[in-house]
Amino acid sequence: MSRERSIRGKVALAGVGESAYYKRGGAPDAEFKLGLQAILAACDDAGIDPREIDGFASYSNDSNDPARFAAALGLPELRFANMVWGGGGGGGSGAIGNAAAAIAAGYADCVVVYRALAQGQNYRFGQGNFPSKVAGESAHWVPYGIMSPAQMFAMRTTRLMHEHGIDRSTLRAVSMASYHHAQNNPRAVMHGRPLDAASYDESRWIVEPFRLFDCCLENDGAAAVVLVPAERAHDLQQKPVYLLGTTQGSEYRAGAGVHNNPDYATSSFKTLAPRLYAMAGVQPSDVDVVQSYENFTGGVVMSLIEHGFCSYESANEALAFENLIAPDGGLPINTSGGNLAECYMHGLELIVEAVRQVRGSSPNPVTDAEVSLVSSGPMVSNATNLIVGAESTL
Amino acid sequence: MSDSPSILPLGLPEPVPQPDGLDAPYWEGVRRHELLVQRCNACRGWQWGPEWICHHCLSFDIGWDSVVGEARIFSWERVWHPVHPGLSGAVPYTVLLVEFPESGGIRMVGNLVGDPEQDVPIGATVLPAFEDHDGAEPPFTLVQWKLA
Ligand SMILES: [Zn+2]
Repeated sequence: MSRERSIRGKVALAGVGESAYYKRGGAPDAEFKLGLQAILAACDDAGIDPREIDGFASYSNDSNDPARFAAALGLPELRFANMVWGGGGGGGSGAIGNAAAAIAAGYADCVVVYRALAQGQNYRFGQGNFPSKVAGESAHWVPYGIMSPAQMFAMRTTRLMHEHGIDRSTLRAVSMASYHHAQNNPRAVMHGRPLDAASYDESRWIVEPFRLFDCCLENDGAAAVVLVPAERAHDLQQKPVYLLGTTQGSEYRAGAGVHNNPDYATSSFKTLAPRLYAMAGVQPSDVDVVQSYENFTGGVVMSLIEHGFCSYESANEALAFENLIAPDGGLPINTSGGNLAECYMHGLELIVEAVRQVRGSSPNPVTDAEVSLVSSGPMVSNATNLIVGAESTL
Repeated sequence: MSDSPSILPLGLPEPVPQPDGLDAPYWEGVRRHELLVQRCNACRGWQWGPEWICHHCLSFDIGWDSVVGEARIFSWERVWHPVHPGLSGAVPYTVLLVEFPESGGIRMVGNLVGDPEQDVPIGATVLPAFEDHDGAEPPFTLVQWKLA
């Protein structure tokens, strides 16, 4: 990969913000208003006048139109509006990548990535949202009772456990790490709701091999990130955090229909992770803290392995609870509580947290964190990921 | 109505052929209790799910052929939390992902026939069980799987 065609160091994540996070149905405000709150919070965090925004990027068919945001905010001009194609929450890091690319290419100067999602106001992801007649690819699995995301991804995790001997206790450790971190995060929906091993083990099955606590939440809220050219970061009010690399995509025939993707028990990061590290100029051992999108715990295990933090053989030991928590674990993950315990903001809250780790303002700070990795949307296509770093990493 | 009881209750979303005709031979085949999948007339490669082009050789000349060889359990899940109102009294149920090693390794989804809490041995051979829904409009047939 040509270094001239890399995004490395060219763009800064200058501001991050969120609305209050709510349980599903708990938001007192409309989804669009939550989005406005997050955008203004991110601008305020950066020290940027919201009227400077000239572009938007989002993902997963966010229903809040960027032109409406531009009009509502009285923006003088909209220069860029972009949506990552497909993949649900897998598009989160990709939306950052697209916003950064727009800045690097000169399309726009101040691009906001947002995700607003009020599952209490719109349809719930966890429910079967299918009509009485189904046609096309889904006709080959919906009538057999595969209707929810958990049901779509459980068989991949069964296969992971079968092929590679991944223990149930490893899935449990991922869940417990998120809940542990949420206890220090007042924003977290599960703040004040700790999870111990016994409670996990006693929780009900959703779809084997997933218990209740293996599954992400359904929430109401919004999050936003403001991106500017790197050279502007010094003039703003936060410690600069730079995009070191980001990739999108998936492996050979990941999108083959009816569960026919040849490499089945994969998070779809096997081809992305090497490209990400090459672009960012770091290795897995250089990464200080990881935000790994939890739709379901099995996908987190796949993603951590495919990003080179452990092997299939070492996963059950390397992904023990004590190793996954800040500040003392060797591989701290999902340090705000993530999709399992902070808020299911479709993974944009993970990118907010990755930035806060580099600034030292995480609710669970990793000491001297300089290199911070996010993987968005395991087991989907597109999957996307990114690495951000401190000034010292440039 | 169906001669044989269905594994899952009636009232779930019902499959219909894709309006553009891509998977019509599959749905017509299972009505006759034949399990047809795509097979390329140019390179004889197998393909599933259905697509308009052969991913092996990029020929548009795709035909349909009966699967050959054994079907084996590749993966499974057991659903306890129903997400459709019609399934609230029907849990648990077991979903299988079945592989045809001798038909290009193509895979299909179906339900496991019998006790939904029985052990599900990955790699075990399974046989298709055609589940006719003759009373549906239009009628359709699902393909379920029983341990051989
Ligand atoms: Zn061919």
